[in-house]
Amino acid sequence: MKKMKSETMFQIVINVILILLTLCSLLPFVLLIMSSFTEEASLIAEGYRFWPKVFSLDAYRYIIGRAGTIFRAYGITLLVTAVGTALSLVITPMLAYPLSRTDFKLHNVLSFLVFFTMLFNGGLVPTYMMWTQFFHIKNTIYALIFPSLLLNAFNVMLMKNYFKMNIPFSLIEAAKIDGAGEFYIFYKVVLPLSKPIMATIGLFVGIGYWNDWQNGLYYVTDAKLFSLQNFLNRMMQNINYLATAEGSEAVKGAMIMPSSSMRMALAVIGVVPIMILYPFFQKYFVKGMTVGSVKG
Amino acid sequence: MKTKKRTNWARQAPLLAMTLPGMLYLFINNYIPIGGLFIAFKDIDYSKGIFKSDWVGLENFKYLFRTEDAFLITRNTLLYNLVFIVLGVVICVAIAIMLSEVTKKFLMKFYQTALLLPHLISIIIIAYIVYAFLNSDTGFINHSILGALGKEPVNFYAETKYWPFILVFVYIWKSMGYTSIIYFSAVLGIDRSLYEAATVDGAGKLKQIFYITLPLLKPTVITMVLMNIGRIFYSDFGLFLQVPMNQGALFRVTNTIDTYVYRALMVNNDIGMASAAGLYQSLVGFLLVLGANLLVRKTDPDSALF
Repeated sequence: MKKMKSETMFQIVINVILILLTLCSLLPFVLLIMSSFTEEASLIAEGYRFWPKVFSLDAYRYIIGRAGTIFRAYGITLLVTAVGTALSLVITPMLAYPLSRTDFKLHNVLSFLVFFTMLFNGGLVPTYMMWTQFFHIKNTIYALIFPSLLLNAFNVMLMKNYFKMNIPFSLIEAAKIDGAGEFYIFYKVVLPLSKPIMATIGLFVGIGYWNDWQNGLYYVTDAKLFSLQNFLNRMMQNINYLATAEGSEAVKGAMIMPSSSMRMALAVIGVVPIMILYPFFQKYFVKGMTVGSVKG
Repeated sequence: MKTKKRTNWARQAPLLAMTLPGMLYLFINNYIPIGGLFIAFKDIDYSKGIFKSDWVGLENFKYLFRTEDAFLITRNTLLYNLVFIVLGVVICVAIAIMLSEVTKKFLMKFYQTALLLPHLISIIIIAYIVYAFLNSDTGFINHSILGALGKEPVNFYAETKYWPFILVFVYIWKSMGYTSIIYFSAVLGIDRSLYEAATVDGAGKLKQIFYITLPLLKPTVITMVLMNIGRIFYSDFGLFLQVPMNQGALFRVTNTIDTYVYRALMVNNDIGMASAAGLYQSLVGFLLVLGANLLVRKTDPDSALF
């Protein structure tokens, strides 16, 4: 009897703590969203609040009136995310699969070369010099796709481990005996069995591209090529940027910029796609993280 | 013998060909910059080109270590990371154990989903959220909390003393879901029969946690800590650049090696200092990874990275 009671107590305590932590995770997003729906005058008097005194859509109206810049940034982000993720999902398994084949003579040497990139790197300065002085990617769309995000050792190792553990070598042998070539086996046997890991890596890479602001910060100064994150970054430093970016329109639209609520509205626009998709992809994300240790 | 070897290679060729795009990318993106570390020993003059610029030996390093910045950025990088490691372990192991003890599966999933969310949001958006709480004109803390308590408003973005706490809080907030899932999967790996036996012997939940779960989590914790120590010379660039909103008044407590390198290169156009600090980070960072791995290999060979 007493034991039952302490068991229930324990459940109550951990659930209360976890609910508090959950609130701690989620409430900042509530503040963000609520602030974006607050009337500007009320914001200036009361500050950002979890429950606004006066609701208003002014921030969104103002943004829609100047949607050109934001739509463009959204388009760039979508394009870069789609192309980058697709390319990554082609070259990552192509590198990981041979490394998982212990009968491939170079698997150890190449695995080490991949792994070594996790231990040592040249850092920002040589990387920046190379991309700008030799590849001349400054202010091109390639600057948002190629540097650093396309393929990383961690994902290669994760995939290699997956192939090792989930694709029986006997299956590959059998296909070989039937006369299938290596490329045929890779596309027709290995890849169809690898959907979970492809989904996971695709998610990691896709979120990486969607959230990336560093490539834009280093390599893009031309506002036409700003991704959503770079646009938000610029707005953060200078809330008036949106008015100036549209030039004469600032005069045309007589509406005064609701800058405090608009800041938050812009962040909401940036975060909404992830929040909507998140419950659907969460499963793959957690699975991918727990796939197992990453070793050389 | 010779022919056998040749046929062997012919059979290997398709596999080798498959690795080419990926290896080429790593060669460009990762290996060429390593080769480019020599920039730190040059006085780069764009008009002469990178290769023809004058060699200056250790001049860049002498300049760097003569400044107070060298000490500050090293101190900040190390101290923040140390706090992140210690608090990260304590908080995330606790969350992982609590998650594993929740009996209702859907509740556990819900907690996990909610805790992981901040990890998926870009640091730019997080900086906006932090701004919503802290700014002095419309911030939630100044208006709704300090105001209600009858306290003077605080200009957070101009006062250094609050930032160590703010940055640690934001870091833990952002990373606790992610890190706790790693520990969580280790907890799930523990043999259930141990707990059943303990229950039969009359051990309560807390006893089970302290005498079964924690000791068995030790290898995972040690590995995670050592891996983080290996990365202790690298800071979370976005956290330190974006969250304090690049405020110069805060640099003493927010500048780390990564933000220093970035500002030296992109803002002050001081390639010498930037590359010297970058090489300093790469080399010391590399030694730390090697050292940390050596320790892992001694304590728990299975968890060693290499």
